[in-house]
Amino acid sequence: MSAAAFTGTSVMDIDAAKVRGAGSNVHFDKVSVAYGAHVVLHPLTLDIAPGEILAMIGPSGSGKTTALRAVAGFVRPASGRIRIGATDVTDLPPYERGLGMVVQNYALFPHMRVEDNVAFGLRAQGADKALIGERIKDALGTVGMSAYARRYPRELSGGQQQRVAIARALAVRPRVLLLDEPLSALDAQIRRNMVEEIARLHRSLPGLTILYVTHDQTEALTLADKIAIMRDGRVCSHGPTTELYRRPPNRFTAEFLGRANLLPVTVAEAVGPKGFATARHGDALLTGAGRNEKAGDKSLLCIRPQHLSLTADSDHTNRIVGTLQEVHWQGELTHLVLDVDGTPVRVSATRLPIALPEPGAKVPLFFAPADTSLLPEDAGV
Amino acid sequence: MLVWSRSGRLVLWVLFALIFGVLFLAPLAVILLSSLADQWNGVLPNGLTTEHYTDVISGAAGRAVKASLVTGFLASALALVSGTWAALSLRLQGHALRRLLGLLFFIPSAVPSVSVGLGLLVAFSHPPLLLNGTIAIVMIAHFVLISAFTFGNVSAGLARLSPDFEQVASSLGARPAYRLWHVTLPLLAPYLVAAFGLSFALSMGELGATVMVYPPGWVTLPVSIFSLTDRGDIFAGAALTMILVVATLVLLLGLERITKRATGS
Ligand SMILES: Nc1ncnc2c1ncn2[C@@H]1O[C@H](COP(=O)(O)OP(=O)(O)OP(=O)(O)O)[C@@H](O)[C@H]1O
Ligand SMILES: [Mg+2]
Repeated sequence: MSAAAFTGTSVMDIDAAKVRGAGSNVHFDKVSVAYGAHVVLHPLTLDIAPGEILAMIGPSGSGKTTALRAVAGFVRPASGRIRIGATDVTDLPPYERGLGMVVQNYALFPHMRVEDNVAFGLRAQGADKALIGERIKDALGTVGMSAYARRYPRELSGGQQQRVAIARALAVRPRVLLLDEPLSALDAQIRRNMVEEIARLHRSLPGLTILYVTHDQTEALTLADKIAIMRDGRVCSHGPTTELYRRPPNRFTAEFLGRANLLPVTVAEAVGPKGFATARHGDALLTGAGRNEKAGDKSLLCIRPQHLSLTADSDHTNRIVGTLQEVHWQGELTHLVLDVDGTPVRVSATRLPIALPEPGAKVPLFFAPADTSLLPEDAGV
Repeated sequence: MLVWSRSGRLVLWVLFALIFGVLFLAPLAVILLSSLADQWNGVLPNGLTTEHYTDVISGAAGRAVKASLVTGFLASALALVSGTWAALSLRLQGHALRRLLGLLFFIPSAVPSVSVGLGLLVAFSHPPLLLNGTIAIVMIAHFVLISAFTFGNVSAGLARLSPDFEQVASSLGARPAYRLWHVTLPLLAPYLVAAFGLSFALSMGELGATVMVYPPGWVTLPVSIFSLTDRGDIFAGAALTMILVVATLVLLLGLERITKRATGS
């Protein structure tokens, strides 16, 4: 089979030199998926830019894998189109899509040595020997597994198998790399290292577009340029990672991405030119970053636990008072749980006053307006 | 075993030895002894001899062994190919159709093999399907009887195969034929060998249908054993049975070695 068989940018016609050229964008155009009458993906429109890492996160059953498998070609959309680069791949079989895929349990071919696993895609596409040899070396080098080329998968640890699975996907120089919970079978320590390695990998292959499905928000926050949060088969928010974390558009996003304290407030003064509104929570008048809130709106003020401080300082102009309920010391961090007029509020602090207040004590908490975000209150989604 | 006390384990072992010994070993031991007995009037044979072996080996044993091995090999190979094919293609069908066709495959195993032989004899006794008195009809009888087992074995293997392997292969650019040859079949190899071994063993022991259809020049081991004992030649029948047992055992052990080497475990 020749490169011409591919309709788009083939993995073959990218030069074997270190041109890891621009990746392709992935475009979901109103893609929906149903199993029988059961709609598991509602019309989804989403674009992943060339070279971007998009993390798709969401609770179990929210449709993440389904969306990824639609790109790979293993589920047929009930409606809508999927484009990779300039190619409409909706009707192409998986083997003509030019993708790399890594799955949760790696699925290394047990009857092949590491090098043959890595060479699999190229051999299947009929690449010539010299190119295959070079790509094996290259791909195994990229993931730091050169020394294991002659081993069988069963002779490798979980983390090593995962590296080989990534090398196998990279060896075909995919336009897009699809990763479905690639680290969830590893234990916490190795997972942290692997996240860093994938980040490093992407720095060395900046053109590679990656769709990364996970339910682990830490992986998503560490790796992703953008995050899409799925819920019940819909994207409930999508945006640049830091922005989504700092200014979550709705309650589900705020609570799914990191921890969030959500104080019910009533807007007292509409958003001004600097983007801040004032809002009332009980007796306290607080300033928070808003969007288009108007006076009288019911709203939620989102504050991350690490942005609450027990001591006042010039930035921390907001002040609320809570009753201390629990203190959990965890070495690097101390977690406090307070009750603020019936709303549980968590504080994560690295430094605490020497004399920690006793549970039951009234404790003032301070935070900066810039660290807050107002969200619409009703938003179930 | 989940029994930890010493006496408990001892009891279990004795029980196991008893069941195994009585049900499996005793009949075999009796056959072995009769194959070596010169006469057997009391509890034990009166004397031992290898005469029966030399008799059957100089007689029809060689041809019977060959007929059985060739029949077993060809029928099993055919059953393996078609059973695998059926299992692979039924996997793509809807659930209901798959169940139905899967069941159909097993019907010959539920029918007495004599009836299967009789059915074949009647079905293939008129032109243009005139196969009576040919070796082919023996092959067909064996094939019909054993293909359910290859189909069942391969289906079980396929069901246990994670779809991830084939999907990853596809996404890497492998077309269906390449994927089948380089991923699916190698991963199924242990099941294929097991299926082949089982069909071979079944074919080696098949009597009911073969007796109905065999042509004069193609007498399989079970048929010769049957006719020997039928004639009252018990000791020679026993000797031939031992030859059958050994041939089958050698074959199965050989297959096991091949699997071990192929899967590297
Ligand atoms: N083959 C199938 N037939 C019917 N329903 C399916 C099938 N595959 C998935 N589903 C349903 O589609 C929905 C979405 O599944 P999906 O695998 O995309 O979830 P997910 O977000 O990846 O979840 P997880 O985090 O548990 O992997 C689920 O409700 C699931 O039950
Ligand atoms: Mg999933």
